[in-house]
Amino acid sequence: MDTILLITQAVNGLQLGVLLFLLSAGLTLTFGIMDLINLAHASFYMLGAFFGASVAIYTGSFTLGFSAAIIGVLAVAWIIEKGIISRLYTRDHLDQLLATFGLILIADTLVHMIWGPAGLAIALPPLLQGQLTLGGVTLPSYRVLIIGVGLLVALGLYCLVNHTRTGMLIRAGASNRQMLSNLGVDVGSLFAAVFCMGAALAGIAGILITPITEASIGMGNDIIITAFVVVIIGGIGSIKGAFIAAIIIGMIDTFGRAFLDQLFMTVMPAETAETAAPAVSAMLIYILMAVILSLRPAGLFPPKLR
Amino acid sequence: MEGLSKKSAVVGGAFLIVLAILPLVMFFSGNIFLIDIFTRLVILAIAGTSLYLLLGVAGLPSFGHAAYLGLGAYAVGIPVHYATMGGAEWLASYNGWWQFFLAIFVSALFALITGAISLRTRGVHFIMITMAFSQMIFYALISLEEYGADDGLSVYASSEFPFVMLDNPLHLYGVCFGSLLLVLYIVHRLQHSPFGRVLQAAKQNETRVLASGVNPFKYRLLAYVMAGVIAGYAGALMANFSLFISPDMVEWSRSGELMFMVILGGSQHILGPLVGSSLFILLEFVLSRWTIYWHLPFGIILLLVVLFGRGGIMGMLRRDSQS
Repeated sequence: MDTILLITQAVNGLQLGVLLFLLSAGLTLTFGIMDLINLAHASFYMLGAFFGASVAIYTGSFTLGFSAAIIGVLAVAWIIEKGIISRLYTRDHLDQLLATFGLILIADTLVHMIWGPAGLAIALPPLLQGQLTLGGVTLPSYRVLIIGVGLLVALGLYCLVNHTRTGMLIRAGASNRQMLSNLGVDVGSLFAAVFCMGAALAGIAGILITPITEASIGMGNDIIITAFVVVIIGGIGSIKGAFIAAIIIGMIDTFGRAFLDQLFMTVMPAETAETAAPAVSAMLIYILMAVILSLRPAGLFPPKLR
Repeated sequence: MEGLSKKSAVVGGAFLIVLAILPLVMFFSGNIFLIDIFTRLVILAIAGTSLYLLLGVAGLPSFGHAAYLGLGAYAVGIPVHYATMGGAEWLASYNGWWQFFLAIFVSALFALITGAISLRTRGVHFIMITMAFSQMIFYALISLEEYGADDGLSVYASSEFPFVMLDNPLHLYGVCFGSLLLVLYIVHRLQHSPFGRVLQAAKQNETRVLASGVNPFKYRLLAYVMAGVIAGYAGALMANFSLFISPDMVEWSRSGELMFMVILGGSQHILGPLVGSSLFILLEFVLSRWTIYWHLPFGIILLLVVLFGRGGIMGMLRRDSQS
């Protein structure tokens, strides 16, 4: 195990962690404040990718595509919040889950009808295609950009939640919704704003990953469950918890896939290790979740006072 | 919950009679394809009924129930795979008793371990954890190259039992339908036993149950294991029915569909899952013939049922007969 490989994997892990954070930030806020479980968050991730990729292909500009992803997802999120989600706040979690599962089916099929069954691939702008050499390690500059954007968003969210009036309202909503409403705050608008912001973050994650993987139907449906795991481990409603859990999970998942087979080979025959390692590394984050939950059933950073 | 209205009991009973007769009529008139649809319906109804035990009786919204279908199916598929391809002599067998024992054992074990962890939590946590555990099985199956990974695994031979040939569609349907009746009977008895009373009481008011000196955790865990075993058994039947198994069976959207069936039929009535899975299969059959984009109307119907159809079909019938 040489250091270069180790650092490359660490960067990959960080990149996955940052993407997971972008996805789970919206999830954990909607949970924390509105007590809403939203599977359709996966669709915002996908829509961000498709909106962004189409505009990027049409105009030839990745920056325009990036902006289109945000604006498009904001618009869709606003319509869905007004039309459907706002009716679900008072329902139980199962209803919310099934209704948003229905939304996923609808979104996936609409994307299929509009863009066809094949995915959309986009090329990186020349500026970002190169490599970056940092202290003897060569890294693809786009991955560094993803990590940079993610950390910037995390910082921005931290400032928003902890140092602004809106943030104060968000935190107040997370600890006691009824009280906030009684104090004369328009909770409905606050909900809508937070919901749309969370959706936009998912859209950003979607367009950021598109140059690496391409936009495809149902691309969010797997990663959304990992984002749930992040939210559970971090503690529902906690941005800080989501950030830390996202980085941990990104690292563990990446390192597990990269190095677990070598680790296994030291204790068991090579053939068994080759069969077992991929399966175990795929299960690693769920095992981590199980361990953390058995120690702390409310996650690492549960918000104080409900 | 006790006041089974006459109307919903009649409708449920009618469904059972239709299921008992119609496939026979179809079989003897030569419509093999249609008996396949009914077999799938009945297997899904078994899995749905096990989910009813959790959701309707114990109030535990498990969103990872498809994991047990997958475990049960692979418990049939893997021994057949080794018996056909060679290797792993201790596991390889065409023997149905062995395969179904494995299905039940593995499901019970998985339910015991994951249940012990997830039942410590409530509400959203519980939903998401059960979902995450079933995704864990999904990813594990996808990375097992030995068993075909995401290409899936063909089941080359049906489980071998004395007297019944599961490779005969009529025999298979008979076994599935008989199993459904048995499962309905077991769940009905469970629901009205002291055990079921504790579950229902804990669903309504956990604090009171604790105050009467009963710890609901044990009861819930037992219910969780029982539901897992029944669903695992349904999975073993599913492997015999489709003769092809893949990690897709376990994907979380399968769990979502299963949950939809139970909610559609009515999660507060024991025959709700049966009615729900019948409608589900009917919808799928009609819509997928009509358009390749059938998930669109399907999603819209799901949305409407959740937003406006409280209590599912059985719930509507009950409200009717009460007014």
